[in-house]
Amino acid sequence: MNIHEYQAKQILDGFGVPILMGSVAYTPEEAEHVAAEISQDGPWVVKAQIHAGGRGKAGGVILARSLAEVKAAAEKLINKRLVTHQTSLNGQEVKRVFIEQGCKIARELYVSLVLNRNEGRLCFVVSTEGGTDIEAVAAQTPEKIVKETIDPVLGVKPYQGRKLAFALGLPLAVHASFYQILKSIYEAYCDLDAAMIEINPLVLTDDDLLVALDAKVSFDDNALYRHQEIEVLRDQDEEDPAELEAKKHDLSYVKLDGTIGCMVNGAGLAMATMDIIQVHGASPANFLDVGGGASKEKVQAAFKLILSDPTVEAVLINIFGGIMHCDIIAEGIVDAAKEVSLTVPMVVRLQGTNHEIGKRILAQSGLAVISADDLDDAAAKVVKAAREDAA
Amino acid sequence: MSILINRHTKLICQGFTGKHGTFHSEQALAYGTKLMGGVTPGKGGAQHLGLPVFNTVHDAVSHTGATASMIYVPAPFAADAICEAADAGIELIVCITEGIPVNDMVTVRRYLDGRKARLIGPNCPGIITSDECKIGIMPGSIHKAGKIGIVSRSGTLTYEAVYQTTLEGLGQTTCVGIGGDPVKGMNFVDVLDLFWQDSDTQGVMMIGEIGGQDEQEAADYIAHQTKKGNGKPTVAFIAGVTAPPGRRMGHAGAIVSSAGETAHDKIEHFKKLGITVASSPAKLGSTMKARMEGRDAA
Repeated sequence: MNIHEYQAKQILDGFGVPILMGSVAYTPEEAEHVAAEISQDGPWVVKAQIHAGGRGKAGGVILARSLAEVKAAAEKLINKRLVTHQTSLNGQEVKRVFIEQGCKIARELYVSLVLNRNEGRLCFVVSTEGGTDIEAVAAQTPEKIVKETIDPVLGVKPYQGRKLAFALGLPLAVHASFYQILKSIYEAYCDLDAAMIEINPLVLTDDDLLVALDAKVSFDDNALYRHQEIEVLRDQDEEDPAELEAKKHDLSYVKLDGTIGCMVNGAGLAMATMDIIQVHGASPANFLDVGGGASKEKVQAAFKLILSDPTVEAVLINIFGGIMHCDIIAEGIVDAAKEVSLTVPMVVRLQGTNHEIGKRILAQSGLAVISADDLDDAAAKVVKAAREDAA
Repeated sequence: MSILINRHTKLICQGFTGKHGTFHSEQALAYGTKLMGGVTPGKGGAQHLGLPVFNTVHDAVSHTGATASMIYVPAPFAADAICEAADAGIELIVCITEGIPVNDMVTVRRYLDGRKARLIGPNCPGIITSDECKIGIMPGSIHKAGKIGIVSRSGTLTYEAVYQTTLEGLGQTTCVGIGGDPVKGMNFVDVLDLFWQDSDTQGVMMIGEIGGQDEQEAADYIAHQTKKGNGKPTVAFIAGVTAPPGRRMGHAGAIVSSAGETAHDKIEHFKKLGITVASSPAKLGSTMKARMEGRDAA
């Protein structure tokens, strides 16, 4: 789960990470008002609050030298769509801005805490190249990226803080506060079950103070059940409505750009189904894992989701029954089709537990369902059906 | 032969009397697995499915001599269940549970360091040695004792591979689902190493997906064995060439978070090392058959 910069800063501030004075605003008038509270003379920085990165390059971060400029900047951003290299071409609507006091930047550093999958441990990733795209740094000048893995029994040790501080060439005077920042980030990550914490840039000011100029925090979806205080920070406007709907029914759904809708049981098989559609010359419209114990209600919800996408020209249902019995799925499909009219061709491939019974149920249902036995056959049929339907 | 489990393996079930524990224990017994009993705190002393229920894994082990455990415990409590099993001396822990917080697994991995327990999973279908022992949720009927070892991050995609290799007359020795989580127990190399030591496993299939670098490490291991003159026919399949970057595709570990983690990256790595990659999920069995007969991909 993602949150906005202003929320991330509030959280990290609570753990002791130094941030600048700032307030969120929902209208240009409010922006001007909070700016005046922050400082009399400025400068201020007006930042669009959307989850995606790349806001600066896209004009979503505006320096303002007067309260009038703050208001004008807010007017320019609020209720408009901001398109960055991390959003779709349609961008994301900016519903609020964050007004922050300006600061005199001497150096920009990069600090993040992420999971190192290989080692199964958390790992600090730091670089002198703050304020830039870290993926580009990793690709072009990997030697400028320094990593330090944390032993969960020890936490962040002082020697690790020194290692990273020296690697970044920080003045000795700030080594202690840098170490405290690392500890704060680590504590926040562990206490809140984060998935990633990124400070880009961590700024060294003209006054030799370290401050987080930007903050990005995302959370482990698997741990939200024990973090109601994080769950309430969710911004539904930033999430695809179909994906939100899917979550309600315990379905795993990701919208894609193609025309063949898919419904599969199992994430690996779902990805493989998307892949084989491409092998046969078409593109998947979605990823949908209906999971291990799908009920009629779940199948119906899955149906509605897939069919609510106007770009879908045909649907492929691929079920390998293990715990999920193919006859249950078949009944679910038949019942779902009664509630949601089948406006596009549907290919169903059933295999595994009770697949013969499932196929019989479909054949006797009177539904215009195209049956397939193996994956190749199923993919070929659905791509053909989509072409013929579109024609 | 097989790896890790066989017809003699003594098993217990943690979460024994719960809905999933009960169902899959019944299935295990029906398959001929030596299930000895299980654990549900508070129900010790009772009987369930004709077998004893214990309050703790420690009790279960001392009374039954079980060396393996399957865990059907809800996500908030599963990490603790894994630690309890390891502490009680269980040698093979199979955790089926999906949804365990990643930080919990970071702690579990650290706890298991240096202990003799091996963990399979979490978020996995389990492990099965065809016609001998079934520990997990896979449909036993599609398996057939044979010669292919299968290791996979997936559940139903693994069943696809099993079904196809059975149809091709190859059958399986042991199938291991290592699971879809980013922090887990045994990884590809851990299982491949065991397949390589098992003389009955004559061919190997590995099924990967987007996210992490585990597949690349596996490819390096396989290439190294081949170079030593110790090669075994291997077929890989990597799911997710159509997956977009940065999105979690169902499995917690199926996300491309940095360079080198896409399906394409992994496939290229295998091809560069001369390891066969099946071109389609419909060709898993036929590609394996081809390799077993010394031919190139079907």
